[in-house]
Amino acid sequence: MFDRRDLLKGAGLAALAATMNSTKALALETVTLPFVNGERPLVKYPQKRPMIGLTSRPPQLETPFAIFNDGPITPNNAFFVRYHLSDLPYNLDPDKFTIEVKGKVDRPLKLSLKDIRKMKATEIVAVNQCSGNSRGLVEPRVAGGQLANGAMGNARWRGVPLKAVLDMAGVQSGARQVTFNGMDGPVSDKTPDFVKALDIDHATDGEVMLAYGMNGEDLPFLNGFPLRLIVPGYYGTYWVKHLNEITVIDNVYDGFWMKSAYRIPDTPNNAIEPGTAPKATIPINRFTIRSFITSVPDGAKLKAGGTTLRGIAFDGGKGIKEIQVSTDGGKTWTSAKLGKDLGKYSFREWKLPVKLVAGTVELKVRATGNGGETQPDTPRWNPAGYLRNVVETVRVTVA
Amino acid sequence: MQRTALLAISLAVAALVGSALAAPVNYKTPDEVAAFKPGPNLEIVQGNCSACHSADYINTQPPMKDRKGFWQAEVTKMIKVYGAPIDDADVGKIVDYLAATY
Repeated sequence: MFDRRDLLKGAGLAALAATMNSTKALALETVTLPFVNGERPLVKYPQKRPMIGLTSRPPQLETPFAIFNDGPITPNNAFFVRYHLSDLPYNLDPDKFTIEVKGKVDRPLKLSLKDIRKMKATEIVAVNQCSGNSRGLVEPRVAGGQLANGAMGNARWRGVPLKAVLDMAGVQSGARQVTFNGMDGPVSDKTPDFVKALDIDHATDGEVMLAYGMNGEDLPFLNGFPLRLIVPGYYGTYWVKHLNEITVIDNVYDGFWMKSAYRIPDTPNNAIEPGTAPKATIPINRFTIRSFITSVPDGAKLKAGGTTLRGIAFDGGKGIKEIQVSTDGGKTWTSAKLGKDLGKYSFREWKLPVKLVAGTVELKVRATGNGGETQPDTPRWNPAGYLRNVVETVRVTVA
Repeated sequence: MQRTALLAISLAVAALVGSALAAPVNYKTPDEVAAFKPGPNLEIVQGNCSACHSADYINTQPPMKDRKGFWQAEVTKMIKVYGAPIDDADVGKIVDYLAATY
């Protein structure tokens, strides 16, 4: 059934489009992310619900944060999108798609999507988080995609272990790394193509996988259809989309996107003095541990008395041991009840009934992982704005 | 003219419905709407920067204390790292526009 309002809205849009004599995308509305110059359009792309538009060419979309309160799995149509280079394979034909496995292997392979789908499938629930997630919140500010906390998502990925494919090809002795290239590429042949690398031991750990399925459906186009790399616990930069080229090499890959970009300071907590440059760097790798309150947005007005706070937490693959919540700005902390365990790479839900007293209240949440890692009270800083995992604070007014 | 366009659209829709699985994706992104703010040397900026990315890449950057230094570094990165074919004579003009406008 159509709602009368929808019909009116639809008619209005049609009339507007007719007037403009074009099909230009209309910004549905705008949202303001919590940092200077944080105004963004809400944009509608095929296969996606309205998303926070960061850039249109190449497309970069952030998940509106309220969606994370709907459950531990991020819907496909709300999952964030990040590309580096503007030449996307918009017309790829899944029936003609092939992925090549080559380099230091005994039997170079060319597999169709059908070939991959015929292999024994595995599934894993894992968070994908952009290295630049939350960069807009970094102080002092740094260049790059200015995101709030919505460049992350959690999905059930279905596909085949990379190990199974590499075993079919027969990795030769002396192999050191495996490189991954997707069908998306640069506009100019002078721009380095987006290629990433994993050490051979990591690539053959049985967890890294080639996924064609996401939450029971095909991957959405903008999330890497028809095949992408899944690197559980690792930042999204390694999760190469539209993956069609796997190369085993006997050296350490020195392409731009490994050697120069996506590097973090080689210091004990990968942080340096704000505004300075690191002496040495290493490739970004596992997620830092993070937790969020999802049930209450910053600036909310709440009633005094009992309420239940909810949220999510995740880390780089040890799993979440404990979530603590503070309703007094961090003076006292109470352990929350953890939700269902969907695996050590998944979002872990938590909830806690609390009593709120009238006034301005700072709600905080802090996760501790099975490895003992916890979140710092003050943010660490690095020049690219990576790894943010400071204890989050939600300020609310209680009356 | 308009009728031809409509006909083309209905044919495209028919093709889309009729060809469940075995077709290329043909994914269509919405048209680009972000635009560069007015400022000095705007045409040079549009001509160079738009070749590889939309204007919102620039619009969304944070306001920096040292605007000129920040944008000089960004333009240098585009040339040196990403191979942007920007004429030497245009580099200063682009940096001036960016520093004055963002």
